[in-house]
Amino acid sequence: MSGPLLSVQGASKRFGGLQALADVSLSVQRGHIHGLIGPNGAGKTTCFNVITGLYQPDTGSFHLNGMAYSPSSPHLVAQAGIARTFQNLRLFGEMTALENVMVGRHVRTHQGVLGAVLRHAAAREEEHAIEQKARELLALVGIAGLAQRTARYLSYGDQRRVEIARALATEPQLLALDEPAAGMNATEKASLTELLQRIRDQGTTILLIEHDVKMVMSLCDQITVLDYGKVIAEGSAEQVRRHPDVIAAYLGREAA
Amino acid sequence: MSANSSLSSSRITLALLATAVLIFPLLAAPFGNAWVRIADVALLYIMLALGLNVVVGFAGLLDLGYVAFFAIGAYLAGLLSSPQFAATIESLQLDFPVVGAWVTEWVGPVIAAQGIHLSVWLIIPLAALVAGLAGALLGAPTLKLRGDYLAIVTLGFGEIIRIFMNNLNGPINITNGPQGINLIDPVRIGGVSLAGEAGVVRLGDLSIPSVNAYYYLFLLLAIATIIFSHRLQHSRLGRAWIAIREDEIAAKAMGINVRNMKLLAFAMGASFGGVAGAMFGAFQGFISPESFSLTDSIAILAMVILGGIGHIPGVVLGAVLLAALPELLRHTVEPIQMALLGQVWIEAEVLRQLLYGLALVLIMLARPAGLWPAPQREQQAHTEAAA
Repeated sequence: MSGPLLSVQGASKRFGGLQALADVSLSVQRGHIHGLIGPNGAGKTTCFNVITGLYQPDTGSFHLNGMAYSPSSPHLVAQAGIARTFQNLRLFGEMTALENVMVGRHVRTHQGVLGAVLRHAAAREEEHAIEQKARELLALVGIAGLAQRTARYLSYGDQRRVEIARALATEPQLLALDEPAAGMNATEKASLTELLQRIRDQGTTILLIEHDVKMVMSLCDQITVLDYGKVIAEGSAEQVRRHPDVIAAYLGREAA
Repeated sequence: MSANSSLSSSRITLALLATAVLIFPLLAAPFGNAWVRIADVALLYIMLALGLNVVVGFAGLLDLGYVAFFAIGAYLAGLLSSPQFAATIESLQLDFPVVGAWVTEWVGPVIAAQGIHLSVWLIIPLAALVAGLAGALLGAPTLKLRGDYLAIVTLGFGEIIRIFMNNLNGPINITNGPQGINLIDPVRIGGVSLAGEAGVVRLGDLSIPSVNAYYYLFLLLAIATIIFSHRLQHSRLGRAWIAIREDEIAAKAMGINVRNMKLLAFAMGASFGGVAGAMFGAFQGFISPESFSLTDSIAILAMVILGGIGHIPGVVLGAVLLAALPELLRHTVEPIQMALLGQVWIEAEVLRQLLYGLALVLIMLARPAGLWPAPQREQQAHTEAAA
């Protein structure tokens, strides 16, 4: 299939007097890691929340894989094939790492009350497949050994990894990561970078909000820059780095 | 090696527990039927507490009106297996002669004279179904509410049901109002009534007291409830409920249809309560709105919280303790005062309430996560206490 994987046209969102997003359009190409950057308060997370259905946009049209989807509820967006992580970790604290990832399989599995209570062959098989897949994903993000640990007590970096595995469990076409490197040290960032590349190479497109400009520049195939709710630049790392509006937004008008 | 020995020791514990539970009525027999009767009620409370645990413990929805579903199950049994329906038709004939005549003709003269007497095998699934529907109906308007607000709305619902039961004796007499419904059929299995004759059930040569017969029936139902809720917890649905409890927004973002899962939790929890209610009606033979007050909702919630919210063995323990404790105090308070002080200074009823409340406070102070919490919660309670 040709065309972008995700295409957003004219998305706007207003909170009272604040125009958080103004006519934002962006397209994410298949197989890319697409960066979404901008100074604090530029509307990156709002843009994310609108795409993933957490906020209702005032205007805008949204297409995934060429098909229009309605970002009216997060669970419909997840069903359509976009999974996300959160800036401030949102794990299911009292569940184990494994169970957290197993929850991610919910949307792609079907067992109901009868299957749960009777545990017939099909239900047992599905349950087994859910656990199998969850263990594979924990291994992919590099924490297979922590499967039975309670999520709340994992280290910060490991919690981030569980969150990524949980999002991957929904079999997304687009994985949306909201500042996955926040609060990580250099070593952790390096291994996260390596993990994201591996995920992309396995065929999952990634949309990434990140503050660490160095990481974004080295990792992203394409970058969109937001400021005051508007797209001010779009292009490769090199193009964006030289764009006068981007320099102005980050360093002030004088520097440009 | 150690895993093996801990497995076999837990098997031994389980076998001992099963034996104790099975022979309990025989051991209690010399002390009269009262103790087995207490155990019967405790088993019903296990079903109720496990039902509420689905809503409060798994899905994290604080429900203060849970006794409503117990009431719905009991009144369903009351209406469908007692002479009450004849009274309903009579009130129709009196106040709405046309409708009354039509209904009388439709149901036939036998039912019009004697009421409906359905078999327990129909009552149990019907009670589960009707209470489950009521649970979903209650759930629907509360979906957007959380915490305190949800608690207040469910509290209102519990009261509404009780007030309905109290007032639905006119214009059409459905519930017989404050007098309650009497002469509810006892459970019959294969033609044998568990109420027996003069309290004794005869099976060929074997004769056992009625309370013992009910004990084994309720034990079976309680075990079924334990297995059902254990299997629900460790299924796709149980994980979705717990995910909603832990973080509703993240649950939504993972593709969980939070609205449907909450409705399902309400319906499942309510259906357990409905079955317990139907059994309660058949066991007592008599129900009235008094048995379904807010105090009962709170008592069931206390069982869940004190035992260990969300943890099935804990909830069962909580139900047994809180069902047995008041009865134990009822039977011991006066004799102990007589023995120690020579006379009864404080009436049993007063002291019983006092000690019951005191026990709740002390247990929650000493074990804030419950008597037997889920391992993760226990850990958390310790960390928080240390912090």
